[in-house]
Amino acid sequence: MPQAKRKSHSGTKTKVKSGAKRAPNRAKLTVGVVKRLQELSEAVGVSGDEGAIRKIVLNAIDGHVDQVSTDTMGNIIATKKGRGRMHVMAAAHIDEVGVMIVAVSSDGLLRFAPNGGLDPRVLIGKPMWVGREKIPGVIGASPVHLLNRNEQNASPSMESLRIDIGASSKEAALRYVRPGERATFATPFENLGHTLRGKALDDRVGVAILIELLRGKALPFKFTAAFTVQEEVGLRGARVAAFTIEPDAAVVLEVTPANDLPAEDEANENVHYNARLGFGPALSLADASSLHDRRLVAHFEAVARAQKIPFQYRQPGGGGNDAGAIQRSHDSIPIIGISVPARYIHSPAALVSREDIANTIKLVRAGLEALSPKVLSRK
Amino acid sequence: MRVQIEKLVEAYGPSGHEDQIREMIRSEIRGIPDYITVDGIGNLIGAIKKKSKSGKKVMLIAHMDEIGVMVTHVDEQGFCRFIPLGGVSTLSCMGSRVRFADGTLGVIGIEKRLNTNSVPKFDQLFIDVGATSREDCPVQIGAAAGFYRPLEEIGSRLIAKSMDDRIGCVVLLQVMKALRRTPHEVAFVWSVQEEVGTRGAGPAAYGFDPDVAIAIDVTRTGDTPKGWKMDVSLGGGPAIKIRDQGMLADPRIVRHLREAAEAAKLPYQMEVLEHGTTDARAVQVSRIGVPAGVVSVPCRHIHTPSEMIDEADVKGAADLLLSFLKRPIVL
Repeated sequence: MPQAKRKSHSGTKTKVKSGAKRAPNRAKLTVGVVKRLQELSEAVGVSGDEGAIRKIVLNAIDGHVDQVSTDTMGNIIATKKGRGRMHVMAAAHIDEVGVMIVAVSSDGLLRFAPNGGLDPRVLIGKPMWVGREKIPGVIGASPVHLLNRNEQNASPSMESLRIDIGASSKEAALRYVRPGERATFATPFENLGHTLRGKALDDRVGVAILIELLRGKALPFKFTAAFTVQEEVGLRGARVAAFTIEPDAAVVLEVTPANDLPAEDEANENVHYNARLGFGPALSLADASSLHDRRLVAHFEAVARAQKIPFQYRQPGGGGNDAGAIQRSHDSIPIIGISVPARYIHSPAALVSREDIANTIKLVRAGLEALSPKVLSRK
Repeated sequence: MRVQIEKLVEAYGPSGHEDQIREMIRSEIRGIPDYITVDGIGNLIGAIKKKSKSGKKVMLIAHMDEIGVMVTHVDEQGFCRFIPLGGVSTLSCMGSRVRFADGTLGVIGIEKRLNTNSVPKFDQLFIDVGATSREDCPVQIGAAAGFYRPLEEIGSRLIAKSMDDRIGCVVLLQVMKALRRTPHEVAFVWSVQEEVGTRGAGPAAYGFDPDVAIAIDVTRTGDTPKGWKMDVSLGGGPAIKIRDQGMLADPRIVRHLREAAEAAKLPYQMEVLEHGTTDARAVQVSRIGVPAGVVSVPCRHIHTPSEMIDEADVKGAADLLLSFLKRPIVL
C-alpha cells in the first residue's frame, strides 16, 4: 500500500473537531433487513448457547445456499458454489456477551459470572432475560439514598452483583433457573429512524449482513459463510471453522465501537474515537489480535473509492475479533475485517446507523465481486 | 557478510510490513533452494528437498519484522498519534527518528509533562513529520514506521535499530549459502509478525510440518551495569537456549546443538532467559508438537534503536547451525 500516494480521506477542510467529512452517500437499508436484525437482536444467544440464533440463521438462508452444515462446536458453515479455484470465507459471530448463572443463594438471588467482556458499571440496575425462556430479572442496585459518598464513587465488583427474579427462596428460584443457564440484557429492539438501537448488535449486525450476502446472487467463486460461536469468550468457533473451510481469503464482518462523541474538553480533538457513526464501514488495519492483510485492505479501499461507497478506517489499537483466529489457522489465511461502527457495545443498548449497515452490505458485495487471485498475488 | 548486514538492518520492515525485507532476501536466495514460496500471512520459505533415508525435516526460522509504530490519528496541526507495534518502550521513543514505508521521516515528540518522574504513556507522544496541517501531512491513519538509524561499527561490535531479528535473517542466509552437504530436508523460514505475538511462525510450521525446528533470534546479555543477572555475554559465542518466558527448549535439541558446537570446536554459551520469547514458542506447539530449540545471538539494548551485537557471535551462530545440519539427528 503506497502510503504517500493515497489521498488522506480525512483531509478536507471542515469544522468537525474530530476531523473527518461525513459521507454524502444515501444508501438505504431495506425493511426486510431491519426486521431480521430485530429478530436477531431480540433473540438470546450468549456464548456457548447460540441455538436460538442458529435457528434464525438457518431459516433465513434456507434455499439460498448449496450446502449447509453445523459443526461440532455449533458453527454454521454454508456454501454457495462458484466458478474457478478460489474459495473465499466470510464470518460473523452469532454469540453475544452476557452472564452465566453460577449459584442460587438461600434468599433466591442469582449469582453470576461474566461471559465475555463486561464492565460491572453497565450492569447495575439493568433488566435481564434469564435462560432460554427469557425469565425477567433485574440486576439489583442499592438506591442512591442509602449510599455513602465512597460507595457512590466506587465501581461495584462483578462478584457483588446479583440477578433478582423475584423469587422468595432458593427453592422457588430453582423452579425457574438452574446454575449454568445464561442471562442477557432485556432490551427490545427499537427503530429510531436513522439509527437502530438494541442489544447484541455486536455481532448480529454482521450476521444480518452475512445473511444478505448469501441471499443475494452468487459470487464469482466458491463462497462459504461461517456463522461462528464463542467469539466473545476468545475467538473459539472461528478457529475451528477456518480449519474446516480452509479458504484462500477471509472477510470478517463485525461491529466496532464508535467512541465518537466529543471529548469532554471541547478545545481538544477526540483522538480516541476508534470509528465514527455515519461515516461508513470501518476497515481494520491493526488490532490486538491481528494485522490485517494490506492487499485486501487496499482492494476494498479501491473498490469503495471507485464506487463512491463511503468508508473509514478503524483506528489501529486494541480489541480483536475472529480475524485473528482465522488468519493463523492452517498455513495462514489472508484476512480483512470490515465493521459497522456502533456506539455503546457490550451494554444493554447499542446504536448503529442504518446507512452504515447499507453501505457495509454494498462494500462487502462490491469488494467480493471484484476479488480475484490477482489481488492476493505477491509477484 | 557486512554488506548483507548493513542492507538488512537498515531496511524498513515493522511487523505486518515485511515486504521490502522479503524482496531483499528473496533476490538473495534466488536459485539456491529447490523451491521458494510465500504463504498467506507473508512468511518466505526456501527449502532444500533432498534428504537421505535417515534425514529429518528440519526447519530454521528467523523473523523479518522489527518493532515499530502505527499512526492512529493525524490532528489538525498535522501531528500523528500512534500505537506501538511490538514491545516498544516510551523511554526509547522520545527524540527518536522514525521512517515510514515511502521514506517519510518523523521525530517522536512529547507533550508537556507535569510529573517528570513518571514513565510517559504512548498517549502523550506524537510523531512530528514536519507537516503544518492535517491536509499537508504526508502520512495517514494506519501508516507504519520503523525506527531510523544507520548501521554503525564500534570496535568489534555493530549497532543498528533492528538487529532483532535481521541478524537472525543474515544467519539463515549465511547457512543457506554455505550449506553443502546435509542428510536433512531443510526449510529456511523468514517469518513475519513475531514482534506482535509470534503470529507467522505457527502457520509456517503447520505448512512445512517439520520433525525438528530451530529459531534464530537475539537474546539479552547479563554483562551491562546493574542489568538483569544472566549468564550470557556479548562476544561469548552463540547461545543455546534452555528456556525463555514462552518455551522450554527440547532437551534433545539442546544436546544436539551442544554436540554440534563441540564437534566444530566452536565457543558457545548456555542461555536461560527470564523475559521474552521467540518464534520457537509457536512452532513447538503446532500440529502434534515439534521438538524445538533456539540458537541466539547475544544482543545488548534490545528493543531500543541501538541494538548491539558482536560480529563473531553471528559467524559463530552460522557455523553452529552448519555443524548441526551436517550431523545425524536422533530423537
